[in-house]
Amino acid sequence: MVSTEKPQYRVIGTSPVRPDGVDKVTGRAEYGADIKLEGLLYGAVLRSPHAHAVIKRIDTSKAAALPGVKAVVINADFPAQASGDLDLGEGRANPMWLVDNVLAGSKVLYHGHAVAAVAATDLHVAEDALALIEVEYEVLPAVIEVREAMLETAPVLHPELRTNVRARGAPAAADRPTNVALHMRVEKGDVAAGFAEADVVIEREFTTSQFHQGYIEPQNATAFWNRDGEVTVWTSTQGAFSVRDQVAALLKVGVGHIKVVPMEIGGGFGGKINVYLEPVAALLSRKTGRPVKMWMPRADVIRATGPTSSTFNRVKIGAKKDGTITAIHAYLAYAAGAYPGSSVGAGVSCATAPYSLDNVLIDGFDVVTNTPKTAAYRAPGAPASEYAVEATLDEVAEALEMDKMDLRLKNAAKEGATNAMGQPLAKIGAVEVMQAVKSHPHYTSEIQGEDIGRGVAMGFWFNGGMETSSSATVYQDGTVGLVLGSTDIGGTRASLAMQLAENLGLTMEDIKPQVVDTDTVGYTAVTGGSRTTFAGGWVAYDLGEDIKKRLVDRAARIWSVPVDQVRYEDGGVSGPAAEDGSARRLSFQEIAGKLQGSGGLIAVSATSRRNTQGAAFAGHIVDVHVDRETGKVSILRYTAIQDVGTAIHPAYVEGQIQGGVVQGIGMALNEEYYYDDEGHMLNASLLDYRIPVANDVPMIETVLVEVPNPGHPYGVRGVGEVPIVPPQPAIRNAVADAIGVKLYHTPMTPARILDELLPRE
Amino acid sequence: MQAVRYARASSVDEAITMLREGGETARVLAGGTDVIVQARERRRHIDLFVDIKHIPELMSLTLDAGGGLTVGAATPLYRVYGDAEVTRRFSALAESTHVIGGTAIQGRASLGGNLANASPAADSIPAMIALGAVARVAGPAGPREVSVADFCTGPGRNVLQPGEFITSIHFPARPAGSGSAWERFIPRNEMDIAVVNAAVSLTLAGDVVTEARFSLGAVAPIPLSVPTAAEALVGRPLTDATIAAADEAAKAAATPISDMRGTIRQRKHLSAVLTERVIRRAVERARA
Ligand SMILES: Cc1cc2nc3c(=O)[nH]c(=O)nc-3n(C[C@H](O)[C@H](O)[C@H](O)COP(=O)(O)OP(=O)(O)OC[C@H]3O[C@@H](n4cnc5c(N)ncnc54)[C@H](O)[C@@H]3O)c2cc1C
Repeated sequence: MVSTEKPQYRVIGTSPVRPDGVDKVTGRAEYGADIKLEGLLYGAVLRSPHAHAVIKRIDTSKAAALPGVKAVVINADFPAQASGDLDLGEGRANPMWLVDNVLAGSKVLYHGHAVAAVAATDLHVAEDALALIEVEYEVLPAVIEVREAMLETAPVLHPELRTNVRARGAPAAADRPTNVALHMRVEKGDVAAGFAEADVVIEREFTTSQFHQGYIEPQNATAFWNRDGEVTVWTSTQGAFSVRDQVAALLKVGVGHIKVVPMEIGGGFGGKINVYLEPVAALLSRKTGRPVKMWMPRADVIRATGPTSSTFNRVKIGAKKDGTITAIHAYLAYAAGAYPGSSVGAGVSCATAPYSLDNVLIDGFDVVTNTPKTAAYRAPGAPASEYAVEATLDEVAEALEMDKMDLRLKNAAKEGATNAMGQPLAKIGAVEVMQAVKSHPHYTSEIQGEDIGRGVAMGFWFNGGMETSSSATVYQDGTVGLVLGSTDIGGTRASLAMQLAENLGLTMEDIKPQVVDTDTVGYTAVTGGSRTTFAGGWVAYDLGEDIKKRLVDRAARIWSVPVDQVRYEDGGVSGPAAEDGSARRLSFQEIAGKLQGSGGLIAVSATSRRNTQGAAFAGHIVDVHVDRETGKVSILRYTAIQDVGTAIHPAYVEGQIQGGVVQGIGMALNEEYYYDDEGHMLNASLLDYRIPVANDVPMIETVLVEVPNPGHPYGVRGVGEVPIVPPQPAIRNAVADAIGVKLYHTPMTPARILDELLPRE
Repeated sequence: MQAVRYARASSVDEAITMLREGGETARVLAGGTDVIVQARERRRHIDLFVDIKHIPELMSLTLDAGGGLTVGAATPLYRVYGDAEVTRRFSALAESTHVIGGTAIQGRASLGGNLANASPAADSIPAMIALGAVARVAGPAGPREVSVADFCTGPGRNVLQPGEFITSIHFPARPAGSGSAWERFIPRNEMDIAVVNAAVSLTLAGDVVTEARFSLGAVAPIPLSVPTAAEALVGRPLTDATIAAADEAAKAAATPISDMRGTIRQRKHLSAVLTERVIRRAVERARA
């Protein structure tokens, strides 16, 4: 660990075993699939075989008549929705689009789009019933690729859609049907003047495929709509409150009548924020009066839950001989999938964020296509735009004959400088990370061997703040119950319990964290945006402060001394010496034991909405070997360096970084959505959608640079997302170094590399 | 998945009767690693599974005195590559069975299932073809033998008649001076389906190749025998030029399609690359 003056912590910086560890390794932890309820029905979903079609007729009568079938629902069973705006935490949703994504309205817009759902006494009967639903389609031409979807001649998905232009200086949108939902722009300085000053100008175009989060646990939901109108939903989600709000909006039921119980979650990475099955299961339950359980087969997960955007990005960079970047102009087009709302906004804001620039112009486009509606995926939007910038920068360094890190350091973002949106940057670790890359033995080592190359790339992500609530109770045995609304994906029971323990001078094992349902804790936004250890940590800190204050009050009362003479220190309370000279001191456990007799146990709650999360920077170094005969890339060595603020639980921070890198390696090399000419998605299985397997990746070395976030009592910055940003450009740059072939598309599959290496046909 | 009946056969004759009575929608169940997946995904309509794993001879592995190898059709793959003699003498077979799925799959999956499933990309079939293997078949009309090279007739289709099934695969004894090798190309390092796979078995007398059999998978509707590659080597001394000629012959024999797993250009190119690699490894083994 590289670290600057760091406070002495007792618990923070250690790596204790997680409180939920035993249940997870022994299989006792309860996931959505484990739910068993009296009278449970099983639901299944009929999905579109076409990428784009009008639904002319649906006849569900034969399915409904099959013995064992208890209900069938279609889009018309939902209340009608007007256009609106729902805050999902990491993203937003328009209920009008959302309901049509959950069950298709008048049109199906992608292969695998849900059309109808059945509840039956067992899953096999429900599946049999799907085959009996008659749907008459009028098949329309489909458009998959983002640039094709932007053409005036493209098939139009939503005839009522018009471009929302949020770009100063750009022409107003024509009043005609289009697939371009949004044109946005950020601008700073004067790029034309900047390019005029440059000694070198390089412009390149890049495309990226769609990538799926690849969580192992499929989406699932069980719902029970009780006769009294109260609805309970058990589900695998990153945000129980986000599910509650979406289900409430789609069913037009007050949020107070919906309780969402978050089960353990087998991965989400942004993909488990939007609802898919939850409202459908609730609707089926209302119709049958029985609980209904649904889960997605793997093919449905891949075909019909949100992957990333596929993108087309053009980047133009001008630089002076000394490496000063004079201007960057970027054009970013992101496919949103079937409904508007890609993460292009974050792509725009992050694209050039590692650098201090005087002249920047970035245009971003959100474009609908006949592909599944995109969802958040780890630093949503950032990997594609930063890939384009980092790959182009490598070519600038080459043209200037400059060390790749020197070029980046020369332009590194610094505290006080403004970003492309004109906002000043807070204390950030960009320079520290870049210096750590440059001086790392991996970077300075010599490359040995044929067809081996090295690449570097930087990554930036804002991180999220948002709202979090918690409560805590001091028990008489000196343990503290900590009630959390954040679902635990990456070890946050541990990281939050540790922060409360630190503040109280206790051990993590003294804190008993539990994740609860939406009726049991205050509003808490999603576990996403790398925000949970930051925001939940603030709340844990606030709870600790409150508990300490109350314990001091209580001690003063017990000892009959003035409050201002009592201090909380070293895991207990100390007061002035007694008349006989003995020290007044009660450990946390001792005073906890006296609480009941002296005014009752202590229970506190807190909510935080702070937005001082601090940005995250990462720098990655990778060595690859390219087999010239097969085009296959092997990752030989990987080093991920990151400003982590303060590593609360270093082993989990390291795990987050390694996980992000592995997903980035998948994007760089083999993951992609494969469509045929009619828009059928053909590789909806983990056999053919190739996420890396264990022996595809080497041990990923991590370097935790700690530049504490001044906006957090323990200096926490989010760490989970930024590590997915640098792998694509770092590996791309390494491949170019290894074999002299520059690729402009990810994934860089063996077939694509071979195409470059084989003689032109 | 739809409801399926299950029946366990304890002898070859009992299995024949069960399959005959089950008719069109009865299917042999060996390891189930293909057929249960297909049934679950409703890709096949099946009313009856006839489990052949409880017929002792179908679960055997025998090296006979003459040096031949007989593998029961339902014998799990781990027993094939787990046998030191098989690995030494029938290296291509050991190499191919060692990478089918992972440990869990290899505890169930069988050679009979890999062959009968008749996937163009099946990994063990090119190894069996190169080693000159013969499938021994039982059925209502009595036993017969079919060369593995002639067994598949199209993707998912084979020569078996209703009621017939494979009882074992027989590999002839290896002449002195023989070596074999198998290799596949996959984009990841495991758990992938072959973009191309290739196998060779060859026999050397000094520097001259006296016998050779080549096979390629995933480049045609069925796993291919490639006699033209053999012709480029047999009767000639082994040189870079004769090896290159065999590579070219393999490339010419490949008639692949482009799909999500690979392109025509990539597969034709890899046919030559893998052919070269298996030749060089087999030669090393023949000389060892
Ligand atoms: C995770 C996973 C990974 C895999 N990886 C690979 C791989 O890398 N390479 C590869 O080639 N395959 C792979 N497979 C496919 C499969 O495991 C193999 O094809 C295996 O050899 C099939 O054998 P089985 O005994 O399980 O066959 P089953 O599934 O029992 O049967 C397959 C078919 O053959 C028929 N059949 C079985 N035995 C006989 C017989 N004796 N006579 C007549 N018909 C018979 C069955 O009726 C059925 O139609 C994989 C499968 C899975 C699930």
